[in-house]
Amino acid sequence: MARTLTFKIFRYNPTKENDEPHIETFELEETPRLNLFTALHRIREKQAPDLMYDFVCRAGICGSCAMMINGRPTLACRTLTADLADTIELYPLPFFKLLGDLSVDTGVWFHDMAKRLESWIHTTKEFDPTAEEERMDNATANKIYESERCIECGCCVAACATAQVYPDFLGAAGLNRIGRFMFDPRDTRGEQEWFELVSTDIGVFGCIGMMACDDVCPKDLPLLEVFSYIRRKMNSGVKVAVNEMDLT
Amino acid sequence: MKVLTTDVLIIGAGLAGERAAIASAQAGLDVTMLSLVPPRRSHSAAAQGGMQASLGNSVKGKGDNPTVHWLDTVKGSDWGADQEVARIFADNAPIAMREMAHFGVPWNRVEGGPRDVYIKGKKTTIVEDDANEGLITARDFGGTAKWRTCYTADGTGHTVLYAMDNLAVQLDITIHDRMEALSLIHEDGVCIGAIVRSLRDGELVAYISKATAIATGGYGRLYGESTNAIINEGTGSWLALQTGLVPLGNMEAVQFHPTGIVPTDILVTEGCRGDGGLLLDVDEYRFMPEYEPEKQELASRDVVSRRMKQHILKGKGVQSSYGEHLWLDLRHLGEKHLTTKLREVYDICMFFIGVNPIKELIPVRPTQHYSMGGIRVNKDGHAYGMKGLFALGEVACWDMHGFNRLGGNSLAETVVAGMVVGNKIADYAKTAELNANVSLAEKFCKEQTDLIQHLLTNSGTEDVYALRDEMADLLKDHVHIFRTGEGLEKAVTGLKGILGRLKNVRVKAQAPGMNPELSQALRIEGMAKQAYIIAKGALLRTESRGAHTREDYPARDDKNWLNRTLASWKIGADEPEFNYEPVGQLDLPPGDRGYGGGQMIDMDLSLEEYNAKVDAEQNALGKHATSEPIGVKLPKEAWREESPYKDAK
Repeated sequence: MARTLTFKIFRYNPTKENDEPHIETFELEETPRLNLFTALHRIREKQAPDLMYDFVCRAGICGSCAMMINGRPTLACRTLTADLADTIELYPLPFFKLLGDLSVDTGVWFHDMAKRLESWIHTTKEFDPTAEEERMDNATANKIYESERCIECGCCVAACATAQVYPDFLGAAGLNRIGRFMFDPRDTRGEQEWFELVSTDIGVFGCIGMMACDDVCPKDLPLLEVFSYIRRKMNSGVKVAVNEMDLT
Repeated sequence: MKVLTTDVLIIGAGLAGERAAIASAQAGLDVTMLSLVPPRRSHSAAAQGGMQASLGNSVKGKGDNPTVHWLDTVKGSDWGADQEVARIFADNAPIAMREMAHFGVPWNRVEGGPRDVYIKGKKTTIVEDDANEGLITARDFGGTAKWRTCYTADGTGHTVLYAMDNLAVQLDITIHDRMEALSLIHEDGVCIGAIVRSLRDGELVAYISKATAIATGGYGRLYGESTNAIINEGTGSWLALQTGLVPLGNMEAVQFHPTGIVPTDILVTEGCRGDGGLLLDVDEYRFMPEYEPEKQELASRDVVSRRMKQHILKGKGVQSSYGEHLWLDLRHLGEKHLTTKLREVYDICMFFIGVNPIKELIPVRPTQHYSMGGIRVNKDGHAYGMKGLFALGEVACWDMHGFNRLGGNSLAETVVAGMVVGNKIADYAKTAELNANVSLAEKFCKEQTDLIQHLLTNSGTEDVYALRDEMADLLKDHVHIFRTGEGLEKAVTGLKGILGRLKNVRVKAQAPGMNPELSQALRIEGMAKQAYIIAKGALLRTESRGAHTREDYPARDDKNWLNRTLASWKIGADEPEFNYEPVGQLDLPPGDRGYGGGQMIDMDLSLEEYNAKVDAEQNALGKHATSEPIGVKLPKEAWREESPYKDAK
């Protein structure tokens, strides 16, 4: 017997005069292998034509569709209703700017994060189109790729206790990005530069270690490993900083 | 109406758009990128398998070079490609891969020494050259003589897009995301920008620019069942078509990828078969070697998709509540391979269909995947019929893919065209004047305001989503892998009916802001007109070439159809106009592809006679003069030296 699912969905349109945040309830017949991508489209196309949410790839790759599903931040496209109870509560991710209903502005936050961290290869080398590529050990390439797999969905930041208190906190996504460039031999930033970038309470020392990020990351990024790597690097960064201090 | 000005306006911030934006920024120009979504969410991110470039670092790529890559590409296209453009592509692909390494892509690298791989269903040991340790490696892909596809596990598009966007951030290129271009601003055949709607608050903005480039990807979503992201609704090609001046090329050339998973139509990469995956039928029998003894599972995509469909029609498909399918078997590749090099595939199977590919077979069937057709441009990427307008990437018909593109060639095209066309856009913008014609912009803006008003207030009863689904069903039922005159007539008639009902589309959602239903309604005319062009173009093309397979015209007809379809739609006209131009300068004479079988009707002109008419006929259809004469990048008959091709693999 097919279930009738009840969706309780957060609604608020900031461009609409006098609109107040509220919960709207919808019912939907469950079909085999129904996921929230299809379910939300069915609700929009038949019941609520102004319902706002974000999907792009609908394959768990692009990171657009993170939302709070029964209180937990995760990707809607790959959430099957079969794994959920009859009543499904959907809220937008906290922390990010709300654009409307379930849609939040992760794009601008991640763009700013990339700027703050200077999320690019720092090098003085010019590209030479006639030269062979610089060699890299395959194990190093794989290690970089492990962190590079972040899809900027924002689940880790939405789940982070520190981020809710300190809006400037870089979050697991930011720290992971730093790790990605620290692993990369093409990036010439030294310990001192890394130290100044992350050894603050909005950086690696702001993390209070509850690791909700690690629980919710849909890509299973090795966040624990990356954080401890950064912390250890920062330790040697401290030594450099102390050595350079004028102690006379 | 808000007005913004910029030197270069790039519509679409996936890989092609971003690489072109970077070219202009590096030339010192002011660049603005528009995107429906944050750039890193573009569909480029979903490309898994890799990019073809003849670096030849892997032992199985030994002896590779741009000429061999070019040969594979032209044969893959079933001779529909512009051979000079294919050459520009093949020559620049190795440079583009190395440049992306410089920008930060963690390409998988050669590890010297022996390793076990699967080739044609057999476990084989290959020994990588120690001297190449640490260089960019490659995997096998369909329709290629060499292992040539550079990759980062099965997240290639993701890593390249992230590296590219990092550079865009570093160069401080302006990005306005959640913005949708609705029309181009143009006068006397010159484009000066676009009218754009904000998907945050619904505001209309005029962007005025010296040069405008469209890089919005394909039109796969017209088919409904597609591997494409849901934003790939042909919005960019519609911008060009609605001017009435710019033709779309080869819209009937639509690629079906052999391995969309069932249900959900999500792609699993060709790298699955490249790395040794096998296709099995209902009896778990490996059928491809019977049809394609030479290439087996790794013939070109059009051929493998056709063979799969053919095998299903023989009664060898697997029945399911989602229709018939076949199996993809990756079990023998083992857990380590599937959780590292094919990790996205593993995740997709586990999360979306509950199949563990380490132990179970994956249900697959051919699914709409790629748009070979698009905005027709010359070799510089300059749109036919409109000055100051460029197009690149999947939205363009540049045309290196002809009637079938090879796997790994489109992702590579994005960065190569981004470099090559990107530089031409910058060159153009450097000499162009900014024509800040605000009253012209207001005229185009008013058209959109009126259309929005009409959609929100008319008394019609057509539902935009129902109309979209009807359109998709017509394409799916009649303009799919196998096509017949009878089926195509039905599609054309049905789509004509839909075109007549467009004016009755009424948007129910009246809320201000982004209004998703209004967004869809603003796209539906472009979608329906392009669907019509696909179906009508397929009906008119009475031959089979590449992915365009006519059961009633099974031969490739080089005598009558060695040409490119150009469709344009004059403003106010009931019907599109179809013209045909030569494919371009021929160097490799039409011949057998080496896979796929099929009959051929030979051309009755010599190569010289054919080539002599190319330029004039293309010019007559709107081609702009190119920065150098056409044909100069084609080293005539260099392919004759490439004997390795004959005994490759």
